[in-house]
Amino acid sequence: MNIVVCIKQVPETTEVRVDPKTNALIREGVKSIINPFDENAIEAALQLRDAQGGKVTVICMGPPQAEEALRHALAMGADEAILLCDPASRGSDTLATSYTLAQVVRKIGEYDLIVCGKQAIDGDTGQVGPGLAERLGIPQVTFAIGLELSDGKLRAKRVLDDFFEVLEVKLPAVMTVVKQINEPRFPGMRNVLKAKKAQITKWSAADINADLTQTGFDGSPTTVIRVWPPERRSGGTMLAGSTDEVVEALAKAIKELNIAVGG
Amino acid sequence: MAVKLIVENCTGCRLCLRACPYGAVDITEGKANFNDSCTQCGACATSCKFGAILLEVAFSRDVDTTQYRGVWVVAESAPGGRGEFRRGTYELLGKGRELADKRGTGLSAVLFGDQVEGLAQRLIAFGADKVYLAQDPVLAHYRTGPYTDVLAGMINQHKPEIVLVSATPQGRDLAPRVAARISAGLTADCTGLDIDESEGLLVQTRPAFGGNLMATIVCRQARPQMATVRPGVMKALQPDSSRAGEVVAVPVHLDERGVAAKIIEIVQQEGDGQVNLQDAQIIVSGGRGLGKPENFSLIRELADALRGAVGASRAAVDAGWIPAYHQVGQTGRTVQPKLYIACGISGAVQHLAGMGSSDVIVAINKDPSAPIFSVATYGIVGDLFEIVPALTKKLREVL
Repeated sequence: MNIVVCIKQVPETTEVRVDPKTNALIREGVKSIINPFDENAIEAALQLRDAQGGKVTVICMGPPQAEEALRHALAMGADEAILLCDPASRGSDTLATSYTLAQVVRKIGEYDLIVCGKQAIDGDTGQVGPGLAERLGIPQVTFAIGLELSDGKLRAKRVLDDFFEVLEVKLPAVMTVVKQINEPRFPGMRNVLKAKKAQITKWSAADINADLTQTGFDGSPTTVIRVWPPERRSGGTMLAGSTDEVVEALAKAIKELNIAVGG
Repeated sequence: MAVKLIVENCTGCRLCLRACPYGAVDITEGKANFNDSCTQCGACATSCKFGAILLEVAFSRDVDTTQYRGVWVVAESAPGGRGEFRRGTYELLGKGRELADKRGTGLSAVLFGDQVEGLAQRLIAFGADKVYLAQDPVLAHYRTGPYTDVLAGMINQHKPEIVLVSATPQGRDLAPRVAARISAGLTADCTGLDIDESEGLLVQTRPAFGGNLMATIVCRQARPQMATVRPGVMKALQPDSSRAGEVVAVPVHLDERGVAAKIIEIVQQEGDGQVNLQDAQIIVSGGRGLGKPENFSLIRELADALRGAVGASRAAVDAGWIPAYHQVGQTGRTVQPKLYIACGISGAVQHLAGMGSSDVIVAINKDPSAPIFSVATYGIVGDLFEIVPALTKKLREVL
């Protein structure tokens, strides 16, 4: 069982701010972490490997410092880590990213299952998993909350808006996972130290035979033209007093809204 | 873009014949051939196990954008065979109508399913000029493969300028697959869409970084310009059943044997009305301040008194107190009720991103510095365990 997990290094969401003058992201002092949903993807892969044998290879596209996210994956127990790091891939949108990751997977060669988090918490798109499946021409199962593997088939429970669906596909396939699928293991100190010294394979765009018109800014049809902090509505009235008084005032205000209750 | 046969690899196995929705594959003298019905949808290339069919798609900056016209909306059926659409579909039609009018072009809806022709008129009533109707038993339930094949083929054939899909789990499964198939630009989970006056481009606005940032995105060269659109944000038009429109049947023939995914089971979740967040006029939500799962009964009772829906913050969902489909926020649902009551919710940016455009917001929290108060129409600093039951009691008296 060869499992590939795609991970991304992201800024810690709540710390991201925009410079009000330049509208540029303020990156200084913002900690980088592994995308939390990707930890669930790694955990799902490790559990499968531990039950069925095989190998977990974690791949990441990003700048040199994204190595840290890969070391975290190794500390969790992944067998191998590959960083696709090339200035030519900078500025990739989801279409270009799915192309580039597909080239990495093709170079790895043998795989039965590819696991991704359902989305990254910076872009919140969730588009790379399906895009990667399409590039590789294999089935996809998104939003998985549970899975079984047998006879070369993946049977996964998907959590959708207001229903669950159990879907079965033949391997190889791409699966994206939601947070509720598992509780990611916390790497022990010994494993963290071991992962610090572990070898991380680094590939360039040339190593994966990437067509430079399909990766990075050049391969990205979409362009971000403006970034700004959202406007917040301002607060209104604070109701103060005893419980009876505030409840009285609030009930009156709600009644005056005249919403057809249950409408 | 072109489908190419590598003749020496073709074994004449007929897998592509089964996979093709458009009846465009013939097997002659043991080799596949593509006839004039081919839409370049790529279904055959995905089905081929022998590397004999290549779909050559690559993003190119040289696409002739003037060939592309019209706005498309992909309709999404509500689950459970109720013969209805998800609310987001009507919202897309409302927005799509506005965009089409600004571009001086038509609005088309795409309807997939089995025996669903009776639903086409509803899409017209809500703003569509034309409905492309693809019907086949294989399309009865959404599955990535056949929906991608058929939609990609239709887009290749009719060349719409803009394609809008709801940012529901289904839409977020389908749209990126189609975009990768045809090398289109796709923007996720948009909350604002407009046409730029100088270039006529689709201007797409969306929150990112958990709602901490807004970004505006355009797609200058690739076509169509695709977007998934967050449900609960755009406004649907009032339906007009006298509106006239055209229904165009798309001739598709699918073979179940050519579909990679089998649906083993579909389980509907609780249908007690308290989870229908998107349609609710009133939502009562609980957060970490509730302390333990049993205390959600306070929220349920207040919601019951108002006949509203029950929502939750991410913290409450992550703690396992309430199922994820109650979650309001950037990673949950976006809601726009007339009244939103937040109980024991501090108001993290990611929560505010999902409920900040409610008409009236009431916040009940013991921490006076909780950010939720900065958006609240009415704020109460106090103990929710006292206030919420008292409010429930009072509302039962006065309403």
